[in-house]
Amino acid sequence: MHEPGEQQANRQTTHMRDAIDDIYRTSSRRVLATLIRLLGDFDLAEEALHEAFRAALEQWPRDGMPDNPTAWLVSAGRFKAIDTIRRRARFDSTLATLAEQLEQSTMNTADTDEQTIEDDRLRLIFTCCHPALATDAQVALTLREVCDLTTEAIAHAFLTRPPTLAQRIVRAKAKVRDARIPYRVPGQSELPARLDAVLRVIYLVFNEGYSASSGETHTRADLSGEAIRLGRLLVALLPEPEAIGLLALMLLHESRREARTSATGDLIVLEEQDRTRWNRDYIKEGTQLVEQALASRRFGPYTLQAAISAVHAEAPSAAATDWSQIVGLYDVLMRVIPSPIIELNRAVAIAMRYSPQTGLTLIDAILARGDLNDYHLAHAARADLHRRLGQQEQARHAYQRALELALQAPERRFLQQRLSEMSNEN
Amino acid sequence: MKYLCLAYYNEKQFGALPKAELDTLVSQCHAHDEELRNSGHMMLVGSLAPTASTASVRPQNGKPVVTDGPYAETKEQVGAFFIIDAKDLNEAIRIASMHPAAHLGEHVGWGIEVRPMEFFQQT
Repeated sequence: MHEPGEQQANRQTTHMRDAIDDIYRTSSRRVLATLIRLLGDFDLAEEALHEAFRAALEQWPRDGMPDNPTAWLVSAGRFKAIDTIRRRARFDSTLATLAEQLEQSTMNTADTDEQTIEDDRLRLIFTCCHPALATDAQVALTLREVCDLTTEAIAHAFLTRPPTLAQRIVRAKAKVRDARIPYRVPGQSELPARLDAVLRVIYLVFNEGYSASSGETHTRADLSGEAIRLGRLLVALLPEPEAIGLLALMLLHESRREARTSATGDLIVLEEQDRTRWNRDYIKEGTQLVEQALASRRFGPYTLQAAISAVHAEAPSAAATDWSQIVGLYDVLMRVIPSPIIELNRAVAIAMRYSPQTGLTLIDAILARGDLNDYHLAHAARADLHRRLGQQEQARHAYQRALELALQAPERRFLQQRLSEMSNEN
Repeated sequence: MKYLCLAYYNEKQFGALPKAELDTLVSQCHAHDEELRNSGHMMLVGSLAPTASTASVRPQNGKPVVTDGPYAETKEQVGAFFIIDAKDLNEAIRIASMHPAAHLGEHVGWGIEVRPMEFFQQT
């Protein structure tokens, strides 16, 4: 039989456990980022993080929650790490020096004030996305360390075996340590190039969740959500125009997620999407962010692509789209980052603005250069324009070529669908 | 921390440069070399002879066997090296970026590899 007092104590313990769970969810990455800086080692910091939370579970129900839980956890983690190193130092004398150094570099309050901890999160992002690491290692490390996704979840999302993925993370951490990749936000002169690498990782994660809709659709949507969360974090920590532009781009794409696949998982092209199913909240937020980024006059390719997406988002229908504005934006984009794929998209916009034939001439010129011969979307675009011109034979031919090159199941079904529509019309 | 920086080039393309182009390229290098030398981080710098004058030694049946040419038969070979002292990889990259091969010679395969290294203690 429980005494009433004991019941109360149990209830308080449960409340405290819930509160600690909450703190883990909202702050564990902050604590980790600061511990990595203080300890200079990813693995040691991760171990210290878990020790710190274990200590909190023991002490807080008894002593009450500290005024600044994050600072308490950082400090507890640091002491636990020093203990760990001391224990290991019995077998490895070089570690004794390290433990002493850590102990002597007394923590001051500036180490755990809010600004420093937020800066540590940014340092962590830049370290995980360092260009000296391979792109797949950058992605894996960011999702693991910054987003706290499990190795299994990351492996699953990227269709890799968990041991392979785990090894990729271990190697990346070893490289950070051995090549001495610093835990630092790059200086003003390096920032643009380094920010590009961070943005690329975030966009890669987003696209993996957005374009590869075959297979485990649910987990993939989670991946896009994770990228948007990362994008928001980056904008909060470092409101650079291109970071804002990328967040806008992701939100505007994400706004169409529901509308771009049918109930059976088939692809629905922009023109045929039910626009009432677009997420208005995302569109509103995305559009405001685009305007903010454009107003900076320091925008780049992400902002421009977001601006194009915003023009689509504002249009009540495909026909009522402001195609001249889209062509204009593609012109600017071509000057910033010329690429055959942007040229192709521009050609499609021109076809919509002027005539299918004008667009077709441009696409044929790109293909004649040999740049996009193996790119299924170039042939799909060509097929579509021939279809609009009523040129059945050429259209069928181009759809077939696109089908030969397409790999994703929903895209293949879409192309097959178009092909069978053509046969029925004959 | 020490970093060994290896400056690569495409031997064939570099060798095929007309004299006038080679002179222009070389004349553009001086300013970069100067900047690197004055960085205060250089420990050692050297230039390598073409691979035509290279020999390789490899074990075969437990004995050293000599062959002609470089170890790796690739188009891109190391043409020069320098060792710098830097506090971390970012600083090392910043310093290595002063080298001519980080700015020039795109058409003849120039580029720099930055690699952490350490000296063994001499006894």
